[in-house]
Amino acid sequence: MTDALGEYIAALEPLARRLGLDYHGVDFELVPASLMTEIAVYGLPVRMPHWSFGVRYIHQLVRQSMGHSRIFEVMFPGNPCHAFLMDGNTLPENTLVAAHVLGHADFSRNNALFARFHEMAGSNIIEMAAAHARRIDRAIGEFGQQRVETVLDAALALESHVDVDRPLHREPYPAHAPERKAPAKDAFRERFERLPREAQPEPPPVPRQRLPVPPHPEWDLLWFIAQYAPDLEQWERDVFLAVRAESLYFYPVFACQIMNEGWASYWHARLLREADFLPQDLYLQAIKSHSDVVRPFAAGEQSALAVNPYHFGFTLWEHIVEKHGMERAREVCRDEDDFGFVRNYLDRELAEKMDLFTYQARSDGEVLVTSRDLDAVREAILAPKFNYGAPRIAIAEFRPDGTLVLSHDHAGDGRGLDVARANKVLEYVQRVWRRPVRLVTTGGLREPLELAA
Amino acid sequence: MTERPSRIMAETPWYELFSRGARDWLRHDQKVRDAVRSRLPELLSAGDLITNSENRTVLVPVRFLEHARFRLAEHDVHSGAGQGKGEPGQVLRPARSDDEQGAREPGTEGSEVRFVLELKLDEIVDWLWEELKLPDLKPKRSATLDEPDYIREGWDKRGPRARLDRRRTVKEAVKRRAMQEAPLAFTNDDLRFRQLVRRSTPAINAAVIFALDVSGSMQEAQRRLAKTFFFFALQGIRRQYAKVETVFLAHAVEAWEFSEEQFFQVSGDGGTVASSAFRVAGELLEKRYDPSRYNAYLFYASDGDNAGEDRASAAQALAALAAELNYVGYVETSVSAFHPRETQIAELFAALKGKDLPVGAVRLESLEDVWNAIRIFFREQAAQSA
Repeated sequence: MTDALGEYIAALEPLARRLGLDYHGVDFELVPASLMTEIAVYGLPVRMPHWSFGVRYIHQLVRQSMGHSRIFEVMFPGNPCHAFLMDGNTLPENTLVAAHVLGHADFSRNNALFARFHEMAGSNIIEMAAAHARRIDRAIGEFGQQRVETVLDAALALESHVDVDRPLHREPYPAHAPERKAPAKDAFRERFERLPREAQPEPPPVPRQRLPVPPHPEWDLLWFIAQYAPDLEQWERDVFLAVRAESLYFYPVFACQIMNEGWASYWHARLLREADFLPQDLYLQAIKSHSDVVRPFAAGEQSALAVNPYHFGFTLWEHIVEKHGMERAREVCRDEDDFGFVRNYLDRELAEKMDLFTYQARSDGEVLVTSRDLDAVREAILAPKFNYGAPRIAIAEFRPDGTLVLSHDHAGDGRGLDVARANKVLEYVQRVWRRPVRLVTTGGLREPLELAA
Repeated sequence: MTERPSRIMAETPWYELFSRGARDWLRHDQKVRDAVRSRLPELLSAGDLITNSENRTVLVPVRFLEHARFRLAEHDVHSGAGQGKGEPGQVLRPARSDDEQGAREPGTEGSEVRFVLELKLDEIVDWLWEELKLPDLKPKRSATLDEPDYIREGWDKRGPRARLDRRRTVKEAVKRRAMQEAPLAFTNDDLRFRQLVRRSTPAINAAVIFALDVSGSMQEAQRRLAKTFFFFALQGIRRQYAKVETVFLAHAVEAWEFSEEQFFQVSGDGGTVASSAFRVAGELLEKRYDPSRYNAYLFYASDGDNAGEDRASAAQALAALAAELNYVGYVETSVSAFHPRETQIAELFAALKGKDLPVGAVRLESLEDVWNAIRIFFREQAAQSA
């Protein structure tokens, strides 16, 4: 298979470039199913050890054994990109997947969010993660499993709580507020100063004002703890920063999932359609697996209670290309993430064509279609993606006694937190902060609630 | 700018060799075991695990550990986006009927995967002893307990062929050959034989006599308490001695010896004559478990009631027993919180304890008390034999 696939890839590539795909070359690797499973679980081929990955691993194995989950490819953007294909898949499947990967490679090079991360982190996430894993392994050897696990429990629990708008390498807060500049001389001020008046004493020099830490609510919990935790050792801070770096890497993948999968699906379909060098039966089989993946709901079903990002993104891109042309599509690909993509380009016509709706599921199992309103549908699709899929929690205060006060922006999401889990996370954090940790949120009846650990 | 072409990389066969997922799964498994271990007393008293003891393992169903994250509180109703036919207001899936509700998982939660942890009984008992910080039992230290045995000691030039020490013999030959010119390979003088001497070793046999009151006043729940206690007391003693022999006595008015299986099934009725059990135990000691050769223990479980006219003879039989045994433990099982006065048997034990005999008494009201009882008995026993 390797030879045949190599030939097809070599032939697909000029076609892709001719059609305007612009990407760094891809190193394909055919790997056994076991490694694919692990990449699906860890998100990266080599990643830090933690028991929570073990739980996900078992869940993934269970899902795979029940046939619910099938992995085709994993692609890591970079220069070169690195793609893992499953050696057990058929040649037509892998040909399709290779074309799909070229689509991802183009997307990740051109999309602004991806490009920004690569600019900050260099373009080899696989090696970066492997280096983190090695460092953590060394720490386990030196300080023992228990201590390292305590740090990882806290850091990984806060994985999504990074500020994605801040740079990867972030300086500590300035100690003092910037000095106030003398107001600019303008005509009014000049006249004002020339007004006749009694001589005024020189205003006393304003002492430079120390800024509190944090000077503003800080959303980057991982960075703040790494930077300001009173009793952390350097290696522990490094663990926090390693988790933060990986989290920043995962953010574009998370925030552009619909666009990215849709774009790759659009291109694998187009590339295969225009690849006249592929044997007819291979093309047929490949396009059959395309329609197995890119479909709104499982065979034999009339509806689905989730939107398949492959099908949804694919349909949306086809719509954009058809309506606005490829040039516009490439601009969208460069500028948007899923929020802009769905809000700006999912229009009434398309929502109706795709039969999109919003629903309510009650705990007794009843599922009710609630609306076909366009705005409601858009927001329902995007709801799980807000704030990296986590409640908005900021560091509000770092008290003189070392107490860390977190506050949950309950006004923003209109809901309280799952208290049992929040308490558990506070416990994790307290073990590394080593001073009291408190969290302000609201309870089930919107009453103020303060959790402590 | 020309881009590097895409290519297929050479295969890297080491991927098969190491599974990170399995590594982290094992770590999770270890954490679950630790968690189970720290809550073992509660877990064990919650379930009827003793019936599983034939294969010396215990099965504990456990949930996966969850690595908590901040999450919004769950509402009863959750909403989302879907795709397909259906008008607003239309019900896509009906609510489950009540009888179905128990059988099916709630729709909003993912199916919860549980797994069963198999724990070795010996491991559990070890953990328990650590957890309860129980001291190890000490065998009686009396000269008469010693058992003669042959022990290897020293070498001799003569002996039976079977005890020829080849290594030693070759060494002797090498030494001799170094001294001689044109030496023989081996001579009879080189031979070395291992020697045996008769030594006495301390006996490490134990006999445990369990006596249970099965009179009409003992209810099923009380018998269950006694059974749980006996089980762990026995495990504790088994930990200490190479060979443990057990005897099960049940008594109402009269006492009989039973097999282990029958023992807990037996029920009698009528009155209670505790001295009958003590007397049978005394006879057994005399016939089978000579206290000079055995570390003998007696555990007695009863609701504490005894026939009034038996008081004197019970006291006498018990005092005689206590003098012979390593330890006599008494558990008074009562499932009602109502115990207005000290029972006759409890008084008997209190009196013996006053005379510095190795006895202990504890009241059991619920399964949690079993651990307390085990702790008290083993601590006292260790303290008294020290």
